[in-house]
Amino acid sequence: MLELTGITKQFDTQVVLKDVSLKIEDQKTLAIVGPSGAGKTTLLRIIAGLITADSGRFTWNGEATTPAQLRKDGVIGVVFQSFELFPNMTVLRNITLAPTLQGLSAADAKARALKLLADLDLADQAEAFPFSLSGGQKQRVAIARALALNPKILLYDEPTSALDPNLRQSVANLVNAVKAQGMTQVVVTHDMDFAQSVADTTYTVTK
Amino acid sequence: MDYISSILPALLSGTKMTLAVFGLTLLGAIPLGMLLSVGLMRRERPGESAVKKWFFRGLKGLIEGYDWVFRGTPLLLQLIFVFYGLQMVGIVFQRFDAAIITFVLNYAAYFSEIFRGGFDAVEEGQFEAATVLNLTRWQTLRYVVIPQVLKIVLPSMGNEVINLVKDSSLVYVIGLGDLLRAGNIASARDVTLVPLMLVGVIYLLMTLVLTFVQKKIEKSYDYFK
Repeated sequence: MLELTGITKQFDTQVVLKDVSLKIEDQKTLAIVGPSGAGKTTLLRIIAGLITADSGRFTWNGEATTPAQLRKDGVIGVVFQSFELFPNMTVLRNITLAPTLQGLSAADAKARALKLLADLDLADQAEAFPFSLSGGQKQRVAIARALALNPKILLYDEPTSALDPNLRQSVANLVNAVKAQGMTQVVVTHDMDFAQSVADTTYTVTK
Repeated sequence: MDYISSILPALLSGTKMTLAVFGLTLLGAIPLGMLLSVGLMRRERPGESAVKKWFFRGLKGLIEGYDWVFRGTPLLLQLIFVFYGLQMVGIVFQRFDAAIITFVLNYAAYFSEIFRGGFDAVEEGQFEAATVLNLTRWQTLRYVVIPQVLKIVLPSMGNEVINLVKDSSLVYVIGLGDLLRAGNIASARDVTLVPLMLVGVIYLLMTLVLTFVQKKIEKSYDYFK
């Protein structure tokens, strides 16, 4: 379990997060909800170690830690709102790049990637480049890329907002399917209906 | 025709000098320009020590100063300064070495700004995606960023490369015999414009080849968008 206590973040004079405390429980999906500009994405970026909180504590399975450390230990995976696939690589290479650079053999990385792609119904797109994929396909590649590093917690930033509204249910099914594999997840969303369809618990960030 | 074949050896020998300056400048200025642009564009990561931050901020200031000096003064002046000026303080270069050093330093300044523009055009999210995938800074550059930057900068680089062919004629000022100088000598000696017209044709042939190569390289990056 990852526990955040008293997280505060300020940009210049604007306090974005004030004394946020929450628990991310194992194998559950936590939805972080709230209106636009409330600081949901800031909170996710702090957990991902992309920005640092001004104050607050993090404990991972009872031990004090930092998001930067969690990232180094491969605890956290992130699926970005705009997916951020690497455009110069095939889908397969997007997924195998980090595992191979971190020491996994090319054959093992490829086998793992192909398994993930098959699970996500993308087996026929392994050699495609990102520009030729639809938004929904890009998102599934982004999920596969994050899962290929075997994270303990998967973070999603606004997973429905870059996609066609009628894909909302399929994104929810996807998030629930990943949870069914035993993944702990955090979903940042402004979409309350979506949050309800995936979340075990909800944390509301207020302005 | 006889006249042309009589001056051609001198012109081709000048062309060799032009190509030597051109080739060696590219060989030195592209890596140096890229290195400088990495210094210009370095992103600070959360959790970096203050010493590291200030070191790289200072380095960035130095590179900006360097770019300002080399882009802000004429290349001709820089050639004169490196060859004649530095002699006065006891630093003596051979003519050719002085030319290469000056051209590399000058073109690296331009290339660094082109690459900086290329780095700027790569979205912040790409760096963040690489960060959360635990790629090191070097891995991020090597696999994710530089291939994208190269695609972005190719048209501007092509322009500079063609400029370089023509700029190389400035080496006459420190007494090197390049293509244009060879044409000038023949033209003055024989009181005819034919050598200079030939010089023009040779420059055009060189830029034609370069344009062709540039298009080929650009096409080789068409596989992604």
